[in-house]
Amino acid sequence: MSAIAAWFTPEVIAVLIGMVKAVVILLVVIIASAWMIWVERRLLGLWQDRWGPNRVWWLGIGQVVADMVKIFMKEDWIPKFVDKPVFILAPAIAMVMTLLAFAVIPIAPGWRIIDLNVGVLFFLAVLSLSAYAVMLGGWASNSKYALFGGVRAAAQMLSYEVFMGLAMMGVVIQAGSFSFDTIVEAQTGLWYVVPQFLGFILFLLATIAATHRAPFDIPEAEQELTAGFHTEYSGMKFGMFFVAEYISITLMSALVVTLFFGGWHGPLLPPVVWFCLKTGLFMCFFILLRAALARPRYDQFMESGWKVMLPLALLNVLVTGGIVVALAAH
Amino acid sequence: MELIFYICSGVAIIATLLAIIGTNPMHSLLELITSLLAVGLIFFTLGAPFAGILEIIVYAGAIMVLFVFVVMMLNLGRATIEQERQWLKPSAWIAPALLTLVLLGELMQLLATQPDDHAVAGGAIVGAKAVGVMLYGPYLLAVELGSMLLLAGLVAAFHLGRSLD
Repeated sequence: MSAIAAWFTPEVIAVLIGMVKAVVILLVVIIASAWMIWVERRLLGLWQDRWGPNRVWWLGIGQVVADMVKIFMKEDWIPKFVDKPVFILAPAIAMVMTLLAFAVIPIAPGWRIIDLNVGVLFFLAVLSLSAYAVMLGGWASNSKYALFGGVRAAAQMLSYEVFMGLAMMGVVIQAGSFSFDTIVEAQTGLWYVVPQFLGFILFLLATIAATHRAPFDIPEAEQELTAGFHTEYSGMKFGMFFVAEYISITLMSALVVTLFFGGWHGPLLPPVVWFCLKTGLFMCFFILLRAALARPRYDQFMESGWKVMLPLALLNVLVTGGIVVALAAH
Repeated sequence: MELIFYICSGVAIIATLLAIIGTNPMHSLLELITSLLAVGLIFFTLGAPFAGILEIIVYAGAIMVLFVFVVMMLNLGRATIEQERQWLKPSAWIAPALLTLVLLGELMQLLATQPDDHAVAGGAIVGAKAVGVMLYGPYLLAVELGSMLLLAGLVAAFHLGRSLD
C-alpha cells in the first residue's frame, strides 16, 4: 500500500490534476459545441417564425444524439478520384487545431491547461494551421466545386489573418503581455471593450471570417458551390468538418470574451459561470448573424480586408501605442 | 528537454528528406510544413518560444499557405508526377550529394573543436520583450534595412498588380 502511496509524489499529482483538467475542458468544449447545433436550429426557427427540431426528448434537446447516431451509421464513402491521404488528413486537422487552441484560454482562475507567455501568438499559429484543413480538403477532393472552395478559403484566410493579429495587438499593448492570464487579470477594473472598441469590432469581424460562417461562409457558399470544400465528404469525415466549425465558434466566442469582455470577471456569480454565460451570449450572436445578414462576394471581402480593415487596425495599434507610451512618461 | 530536441531534429530531417524525394508536389509541401513545425519546436527546447512561434506563424502558417495556393491554382496532375520522377534519376543526386558532404565535414570539424559549454537546451527563456529590445537597440539598422526591402517588394507588387486600362 505504502509503495503505491510513495508513487504519488507532489509532481505526479500535479501532472495528474493537469491531465484531468485538460480532459474535462476537452469534453465540455466538444459537448457544448455539438449541442450548439441544436441551439442554432431552434434559434433560427424562432427568428424565422417556425418550430425547428422539437421532437426528441424535452424541447428536442436529444436531436444532437439522434443526428450523431445517424451520422455514425452512414457509409463513409471515399470517392475514387480523390488524393486519399490528404483527403483523410484534412478533417483531422480541422478538429485537432481548433481543439488545440483551447489549451491557452483561461476559463476560471487556475482553470486553464497552460499559461504560455506567448499565448496570443500560440493562438494565431494554431489558427493559421487550421486554415490548411479547408484548403487541403478542397484540393484533395479533386473536383471543381471543392477546389473553388479551397482557393476561396486561402484567399479569405490571407485577407483576415493580418488584421486579426493586428486587432489583438491593441489589447496586448495595454496589458503589456502575450499571456492570456495577464490579459484577463489586467481587465479587473475595466473591460478592454471600452478602451479598445475599434479593436473589438475589427477582431469580431475577423473571427466570423475565421469560422467560415455566414455572412463570411465564402468557401462553402451553398448557392454557388453546392457545399464548397466539403462537397465530396460524407459520413463521419463530413461530421468532423461540421463539428469543427461549431468548436471554432465556441473558440472564437471564448476568445472575444477573454480579450475584450474581462474573461471570467464578474460580480456575485462564480467565475466559471460568468465565463460560460458571456461565451454563450457570443455564440448566440454568431447564430443571429447567420440569420440576419447576406453574404458578400469574395472580392468584396478581400478588398475591404486589405483596404479598410488593415489600415484601421494599424491606426489602432499606432494610437494605442502612442497613448500607452505617453501615459508611461507621466 | 534534450530528448525532445533530438526527436524534433529527427522529425525535421526525415520530413525534409521526404519533401525532397517526393514526386507529388502537395505531399512534399505537407512534409515541408511538418519539417517547419519541428524546427519551431526546436526553438522552444532552446528556450526561445517567441522565435519558435514566429517560425510557425510566418513560415508554416503564412508562406506555405501561398505555396499551397499556387499548387492549387496550377492544377498539377499525373503528368507532373511522371516528369518529377524522371528528373529525380540517380545521376541527378551526385553533385548535390558531394557538395553537401563537404558542408557536413566542415560542420563535424566545427562541432568537434567547439568547447562543450555551449549546450543551450533547457537554458534561460528569451521572451518577446528581450527580442524587441535587441531588435530596436543594437540591431536597429538591420530592422530599417529589412523594412526598406519589404517596402520595395510592396511597391513592385503594386506595380505588377496595377490595372492596365
